[in-house]
Amino acid sequence: MGSITLQQVRKSFGDVEVIPGVDLEINDGEFVVFVGPSGCGKSTLLRLIAGLEDVTSGQIMIDGRDVTHAPPSQRKLAMVFQSYALYPHMSVRKNIAFPLKMAGMAAAEQERRVQHAAGILNLTDYLDRRPGQLSGGQRQRVAIGRAIVREPSAFLFDEPLSNLDAALRVNMRVEISELHKKLATTMVYVTHDQVEAMTMADKIVVLRAGRVEQVGSPLELYRKPANRFVAGFIGSPNMNFIEGEAAARLGAHAIGVRPEHFAMSTTDGAFAGTVGVAEHLGSDTFLHVELDGGTPIVARAAGEFPVDHGDRIWLTPQEGRVYRFDQQGLAL
Amino acid sequence: MATRHQKTLARLMVAPSVLLLLGWMIVPLAMTLWFSFQSYNLLSPGMEQFIGWTNYKYFLSDPAFWTAMQNTLLLVGGVLVITVGGGILLALLLDQPMFGQGVVRILVIAPFFIMPTVSALVWKNMFMNPVNGLFAWLAKAVGAQPIDFLAQYPLLSIILIVAWQWLPFATLILLTALQSLDSEQMEAAEMDGAGTWAKFTHLILPHLSRAITVVILIETIFLLSVFAEILVTTNGGPGYQSTNLTYLVYSQALLQFDVGGASAGGIIAVILANIVAIFLMRMIGKTLE
Repeated sequence: MGSITLQQVRKSFGDVEVIPGVDLEINDGEFVVFVGPSGCGKSTLLRLIAGLEDVTSGQIMIDGRDVTHAPPSQRKLAMVFQSYALYPHMSVRKNIAFPLKMAGMAAAEQERRVQHAAGILNLTDYLDRRPGQLSGGQRQRVAIGRAIVREPSAFLFDEPLSNLDAALRVNMRVEISELHKKLATTMVYVTHDQVEAMTMADKIVVLRAGRVEQVGSPLELYRKPANRFVAGFIGSPNMNFIEGEAAARLGAHAIGVRPEHFAMSTTDGAFAGTVGVAEHLGSDTFLHVELDGGTPIVARAAGEFPVDHGDRIWLTPQEGRVYRFDQQGLAL
Repeated sequence: MATRHQKTLARLMVAPSVLLLLGWMIVPLAMTLWFSFQSYNLLSPGMEQFIGWTNYKYFLSDPAFWTAMQNTLLLVGGVLVITVGGGILLALLLDQPMFGQGVVRILVIAPFFIMPTVSALVWKNMFMNPVNGLFAWLAKAVGAQPIDFLAQYPLLSIILIVAWQWLPFATLILLTALQSLDSEQMEAAEMDGAGTWAKFTHLILPHLSRAITVVILIETIFLLSVFAEILVTTNGGPGYQSTNLTYLVYSQALLQFDVGGASAGGIIAVILANIVAIFLMRMIGKTLE
C-alpha cells in the first residue's frame, strides 16, 4: 500500500513562502512525476513528503495515517538522492544492507534481501566493491537497491538521472520504468526534464513557484494544457506562441501551435516566413522560421523536407490543434 | 608530460633548496653522532677522547631512562586521547548552528596562539597553585583539601596543560573535515532509520578517520619533543616523575654537563621517533588507500 495525500501543505523558509498551499492525491501504485523549472519547489515538496523538511502548515497522510510530524524513518518511504548519497567507506553489500541493519534484521534475512535486490539490479558481481570503484549508472543502481530492500510503501526520487550522461539517462529511465512495473509500488519522481516526465509518468504534476499548475496524465497535459505555462513546458521542442492579429482573429490573446502540428509548403499557407536554421535529421526536419511579423517559430516536418537557409516558407496549423489563450494565459 | 630535458632542469632548480635542507639536517646529526662516541664533559675541557659505546651503555642503563621512556609514551598517548576525543566532541558542537558561532570558534582556537611557556606558567600559577590557584579556591569553596597538582600528579598535570594547548588544533582539523560531510548522506541515513548514535559510528567517524590520522601524526611529532612545559612547571620532578626523553637529554647535557651522554640520548630519541614515524606512515597509508 502506498497512497499519499497532501492537504493544504504550506512551507515557508523565514519570510519566503516556497510552497503556498498544495493539495494532491497520489494513489497506490502510481508513478507520479513532479516537473517544473528549477526553483519551482518540486524538490522541497518531495522533501516535505519524505519528512526531511517540516511543513509550516497543512497535513500529510500516508495510507490514511497522519505523518505530518513523524520522523522520516517512520514514514516507510525510501528515497534516492540526486548525488546518490552512498556511504563511501562501505561496500555495495553494506550500503544496500544498511537500512536493514538499522532495522535490526537478522543477518541471513539481510543477505537474502541484498541478493534479491542485487539480482533485480544486475549488481551481483559488484557487491564487494566500494562506491568509488563504480560507474555513475552502477552507483545509481546501488542507491535504488538501498531503497528497494526496505520494501517501502513508496519510493521518492529526487532528480536521480541528472548526473548521468545522455545515453545512460535513457537506459536508466527505461530501467526505472520497468522496476515500477515489476514492483508495482508508488513512486514519486522529481525532475526538471519534461521528456523524463512524459516517458515515465502515470500522472504528471506541473509546478510553478510552488503552485500546482496542472495535474494529469502525460497525454492529457499534451492535448489539453490548462494554461500557457503548461503548454510551453510540455512537449519538445516547445510550443510556438503567436500573438497579435492572427490570434485576435480567433478571439484570443495568443494562440499556440506545437512544432509537429504545422503543415509546411513552399508555395502557400496561413503564415509566411523565412527559414533560418534548418536541422535535417533524416527522420525529422526542424525548421527555425522567422514569420514576416518577426515572430520566431520552430516547426517540425516528419521525414525529409528540402529547404535551406533563407528560403521562403508557408506554415499552416493543423485543424483542431490550435490552442487559444486569454490575457492571463489561461486556455480558452 | 614532462620530457627528460624538463626533468633534468627541474632537478637542477630544486637542488639548492634540497642541498640546504640536507646540510641543515646532516651537520647537526653527524655532530651528535660524533659526540655520542666521545667522552666529552664540559667540566673537564680538553679531555675528549673516543670511548666507543660507553655513552650508550650508561644512558640505557640509567634507571631514569626507562622512567623517561614510559613518561614520554604516557604523555604522547594521554594528550592524543584527550585531544582527539575532545576534538571530536568540540567539532560536533561547533558544527551546530548557534548564536555567535564565529566568536565561539575564535575563542576555541585561541589557546593555540599562546606560547607553551606562557600557557604552562598560567596553568602553574593561576590554576594549579595549591594556595592561590583557581582549582584550590574551588576545592576550598566546597570544603575540600586543595590538591597540589604539580607535586602530587606531575605527569597528569603536564598532560592536561599540553592537551589544553593542542585541543584547538585537533578541533580545527576535525571541524573542517566534519563540514565536508555530504548532507545528503546524513539525510539518506535518516531515511534509512539510523539514529544519532548509528549516524555517528557509521557515517561521521569513518568520514573523520582520515582527519584523525592526520591529527595523530602531526601531534605525535610535536609531542615527542615536549620540553618548555616541563621546564617551567616541574623541572622534570619530583624525582623523575615528569621527566620525558627530551628533558632527560637536556638535564644530561646542561645540568650534568655530559655532552657525550646527552648526544647518545639524542640519537636514541631520533631512533625512537623514526620507529614511531614508520608506524604512523603505515597507518596513514592505509586510511588514504
